Amino acid sequence: MTAVDTADQEVRPSPAPPPEHDEAASGRASRPRGRRRLGPGKAIPLGYLVGPLLLLGVWSWGSAQGWIDPRILSAPWTVVATAWDLWESGRLGPDLLVSARRFALGLTFGVLAGLALAIVSGLSRWGEAIVDGPVQIKRSIPNLALLPLLLLWFGIDERMKIITIALGVLIPIYIHTHNGLRSIDGRYAELSETLRLRPASFLGRVVLPGALPGFFLGMRFAVTSSWLSLVVVEQVNATSGIGYMMLLAGTYGQTDIIIVGLVLYALLGLTSDTVVRIVQRRALTWRRTLED
Amino acid sequence: MATHTGGLTATAAVRTRNLYRSFTDDRPVLAGLDLTIERGEFVALLGRSGSGKSTLLRALAGLDQDATGTGDIEVPEQVSVVFQDSRLLPWQRVLRNVVLGLEGPGAKAKGKEALAEVGLEGRERAWPRELSGGEQQRVALARSLVREPELLLADEPFGALDALTRIRMHGLLRALYERHRPAVLLVTHDVDEAIVLADRVLVLDQGHVRTERRIDLDGPRDPSDPRFAAIRTELLSALGLDSPRTTETEKEES
Repeated sequence: MTAVDTADQEVRPSPAPPPEHDEAASGRASRPRGRRRLGPGKAIPLGYLVGPLLLLGVWSWGSAQGWIDPRILSAPWTVVATAWDLWESGRLGPDLLVSARRFALGLTFGVLAGLALAIVSGLSRWGEAIVDGPVQIKRSIPNLALLPLLLLWFGIDERMKIITIALGVLIPIYIHTHNGLRSIDGRYAELSETLRLRPASFLGRVVLPGALPGFFLGMRFAVTSSWLSLVVVEQVNATSGIGYMMLLAGTYGQTDIIIVGLVLYALLGLTSDTVVRIVQRRALTWRRTLED
Repeated sequence: MATHTGGLTATAAVRTRNLYRSFTDDRPVLAGLDLTIERGEFVALLGRSGSGKSTLLRALAGLDQDATGTGDIEVPEQVSVVFQDSRLLPWQRVLRNVVLGLEGPGAKAKGKEALAEVGLEGRERAWPRELSGGEQQRVALARSLVREPELLLADEPFGALDALTRIRMHGLLRALYERHRPAVLLVTHDVDEAIVLADRVLVLDQGHVRTERRIDLDGPRDPSDPRFAAIRTELLSALGLDSPRTTETEKEES
């Protein structure tokens, strides 16, 4: 029997299933009949796919019935065919590569800078006095608003794009790592004193591992922010990349290509978030949270 | 500020002279306290909330930077502290917690040995979260013993445990003490705990040692023994409680 059935039983209050059936299903002793369990109940396997699949179903159905004008929104199969054509003709590959490279470089530089600033500011009061203010000011300025200045300073080439992405990434990494460093329990510092830990061991065994959960939280925001900045810089001033491809398609009314670009962004975003989550789970096995 | 020195006489492990500590400008928490603990002696420190028990322990541990005061403190080179919470780093496995800060190739083996001594053999690779409260406190004991301390400072180490676990921990602590023979200063609010474990019980009041009682019960110490009850009554009255009743229920943090 599947877990979906179990979840169904948990919610349904009255016709209680035979007790041994219930026990086999939930691995728990049977409860008094008719009592409704509070809380959302058991997780549905692959439940996160239900909504997107439903959406895809409506889209397919609407396109097949001719309710959706292909000039407004191409049918899913057209999008798939277009993606295949683009890939076959060698138009998609290079654009994808360019976008991925911008993303990776911007993310790397942003994470390194954010981490360095967070450590400087988290470990010394003077560092905080110098670093924290400017970062908070940068935080309150949207990245988009900085674009004209960045264009003037760094031109329209790759450098500007990577710097823009890195600036967006730096902020969440800094905020969450700094917060992680500062919220480490002072009692651990006391313990380290009584154990006479050397400063290097204190940093490596107590401070940095303690700040790791904060860093990963920042990392997840950073990845999202990185894609966001990528879309912006690729549509403002570019001659290559997925964003450029979509922009071009927009002028010719090729909704299928636009959808291909959107799906690619979504897939890339989801993939990178999943990668961060997997690494996070591996690195933070000591922390069993509600998420797991 | 007091000085911590490693050089001590042949018999004393701890010696304080005229120790003053205060956190605000008014009444000091420790007011000219004199204390001597012999090498290998087990001393329990009782006192009401605010009597200065924890302040004294923290002064001996060198953890009182936020206090002001004068007086001399002499403690040995190797001092270990056990806190009321186990204070294990949640992101390090049990063995890593035990040998935290220890260096050298023998550290791991020593850590394993210490874990076996507290009855946690085979749990080296567990995360602290996977252990019960009593087990966590046993890891903390292993962490303090692996450093071979000449002085063990314990600040209500069993205060957060349930009564049954506490009794089991009393046996363990006494056994470990008898094997390693460090000088021990145990801060507690539990009169029975003090009588069961210590060679000498001190009652702190208003920053002074007000009562001192040597526990001369031979054999296993049984709370139902009339002599035990007599000492309990005496100590409770020194704490300002005249009717003999157990302080088990008084969970006051000093």
